[in-house]
Amino acid sequence: MTTGTQAPQTPQVPQHADTFANRLVGRIRLNGMMALAAPLLAILFAGLVTSLVLIITGHPPIDSLLAMVEFAGMPRTMVGIINLASAYYLSAMAVALGFRMNLFNIGVDGQYRLAALCAAAVGGAVTLPKPLHIALIILVAVLVGAAWAGIAGVLKARRGVSEVISTIMLNTIATGLGAWLLTSWAVPVAGSNNIGTKPIGESGQVPGISLIPGAPNQVFGLFLLAVLVGIGFHLLLNKTRFGFDLRSTGLSEPAAVASGVNVKKMIVIAMLISGGMAGLVGMPQLLGSSYSYGLDFPPGFGFTGIAIALIGRNNPIGVAFGALLWSFLDVSQNILNFEKVSPEIVTIMQGVIVLAVVIAYELVHRYRIVAEQRRVSRELSASARTEGAAA
Amino acid sequence: MRRKLDVTEGEFTLLRNRFGRLIAGTAASAMLFAVAACGGDDTAAAPTSAAPASSSAPAAASAKVGLAYDIGGRGDQSFNDSAAAGLDKAKAELGVTVEELEAANGETDAQKEDRLRLLATGGFNPVIAVGFAYSAAITKVAKEFPDIKFAIVDDAAEGANISNLVFAEEQGSFLVGVAAALKSTKGNVGFVGGVDVPLIHKFEAGFEAGAKAVKPDITVQKKYLTQPPDFSGFGDPAKGKTAAEGMFDGGADVVYQAAGGSGAGVFEAAKAAGGLAIGVDSDQAKTADPTVADVIITSMLKKVDVAVFDFIKNFTAGTVKAGITTYDLKAGGVDYSVTGGKIDDIKAQIDDYKNKVISGEITVPTGA
Repeated sequence: MTTGTQAPQTPQVPQHADTFANRLVGRIRLNGMMALAAPLLAILFAGLVTSLVLIITGHPPIDSLLAMVEFAGMPRTMVGIINLASAYYLSAMAVALGFRMNLFNIGVDGQYRLAALCAAAVGGAVTLPKPLHIALIILVAVLVGAAWAGIAGVLKARRGVSEVISTIMLNTIATGLGAWLLTSWAVPVAGSNNIGTKPIGESGQVPGISLIPGAPNQVFGLFLLAVLVGIGFHLLLNKTRFGFDLRSTGLSEPAAVASGVNVKKMIVIAMLISGGMAGLVGMPQLLGSSYSYGLDFPPGFGFTGIAIALIGRNNPIGVAFGALLWSFLDVSQNILNFEKVSPEIVTIMQGVIVLAVVIAYELVHRYRIVAEQRRVSRELSASARTEGAAA
Repeated sequence: MRRKLDVTEGEFTLLRNRFGRLIAGTAASAMLFAVAACGGDDTAAAPTSAAPASSSAPAAASAKVGLAYDIGGRGDQSFNDSAAAGLDKAKAELGVTVEELEAANGETDAQKEDRLRLLATGGFNPVIAVGFAYSAAITKVAKEFPDIKFAIVDDAAEGANISNLVFAEEQGSFLVGVAAALKSTKGNVGFVGGVDVPLIHKFEAGFEAGAKAVKPDITVQKKYLTQPPDFSGFGDPAKGKTAAEGMFDGGADVVYQAAGGSGAGVFEAAKAAGGLAIGVDSDQAKTADPTVADVIITSMLKKVDVAVFDFIKNFTAGTVKAGITTYDLKAGGVDYSVTGGKIDDIKAQIDDYKNKVISGEITVPTGA
């Protein structure tokens, strides 16, 4: 890989090593026209491939896409998209926090499922005044998520176990533990083959917000939680000493150590925070709609979060768009199916978008590097010529 | 990303207008169609689109049936396929038109609601949901569309316009448990469940009770392939094979599977071990891979197809009842199969038990 070019004008900005990994997770920013070019290129590429897939499978691409847009434009669907995106956003931010420190938390899935289960059980077991009840449920979720992720953090800090391996294993353990806890805590849902924790009482339920005019349904109240987490993420990373340490550890561990950062402590704390955020993932759904953790509680948000963090380049704003886009595609599955398009097409679209974003940004970055090198060599030869003329 | 959304929004009004026209066009032709259909007896001359509905089928044939599958959808060789078979039969015999939608992995209740709502707003009546996962969604959507008849398989969700098609899986499983015990020479049989959920516990409880009714000291080995929310146990033949191999190694000679698509692995293991197997849901001696079909002595039939067909038939006849319809042995909703003639010698004994269950002399436990 080409190393950072010493741009003569901007020596004060610390240069990140210009590696693929740094470009991938958005540590190296594009500016000017190129910042626009990358997402545009990605959309163009994703659109082309998707259309191609639709044509190959014998569906008119324009009509299919129009149907998706039309469906998503209905107020009720918009609410559904925002609700689903809230969970995706929280999940992606939990992953993004790890990414910013070079930690790959694949365990968000297990963390949020276990957290939601424990929170639902506690929430169903007690009755408290409204704000306290909600706060207690969320606190339990955060603590359980943090504790579960913390295991991986401690393993890495103390024993050097890769968090990729340990979090994947912890996912499997969370599934087994969750199934056991669910069967021991669950009450049968009357007359159904479903089982679930005791429903959370009225005092623990978060009222919805009528955000979209004309929609018969409401946006989850905890949609605001996602917004707060996004703002908090930005402030934590960019305005605090801790955020600076976290980012510098992610960039170069030896350099961080040299400047006095306790890397082991950072790993554990970062995993705890990431896990705590993961614990929130199930909350909008649990406190806004399900009120109970049952067999039908949606799994898999943790893995979706990884893809969305990549699309959003670990940036709170980018991830918001990524989450909305992903949620839009998920919700479109039904309408596409209705139009005789196999719902698996949506999965292809989502995969293509992730690829397209990675490829487009990489292409634009390479173009930037080449352009910069040309410019530098041009300047050098120009100055050589003037020097020659002067001599 | 910001740029992308701007573009989409900018073009959105334009797209919507175009799509609006398209809808208007469709609506107009639909009205034409309706007028043509109501137009009278000599519809033979009616324009183009009226042709399929009018001629052969009876009046109720205009019913448009919407069906939402559980995860796996049509082609899972099990539960969903059974529902699909009932739908196909209704299409062929009652001349109804159908729309089928599939479920995706890891979706929320909101997406299930969307699916049912799409069918309801799309003019489909009745709307059938396959699987207990639709419980919460159907309760909500049925309230929004009081004029539409809903049905849900395997769940007792309540509503004034919801029909519940539920099965006494334990009774059918009891009979194959009897068959397993009678066919076992080692006094050791096995049960492979797909996912450790209450629904499959019913199969297990019935099977064990049936086996013990014949031989009180029989050993029943039990194994569930996965724990929820991991539902892969219903679609992973490799897992089924490993579990069944373990049982045959452990001394079993007949293994019953209630594991959906994973059952194929159980049959393979039975073939390799020289043992016997019992199928589930449909007559698997007919539907399974022909190379292993000869190890399947019988299958526990759960006739989701009959339930779905009956419901649609009742709808076209205008006799749909809300509430629970239990498809048990008495109603012929569950049964055992005799394809292959492998249990002809013990059929009389099984039928003896069957009559006792039907008469109420034997109450089969549900494992609840």
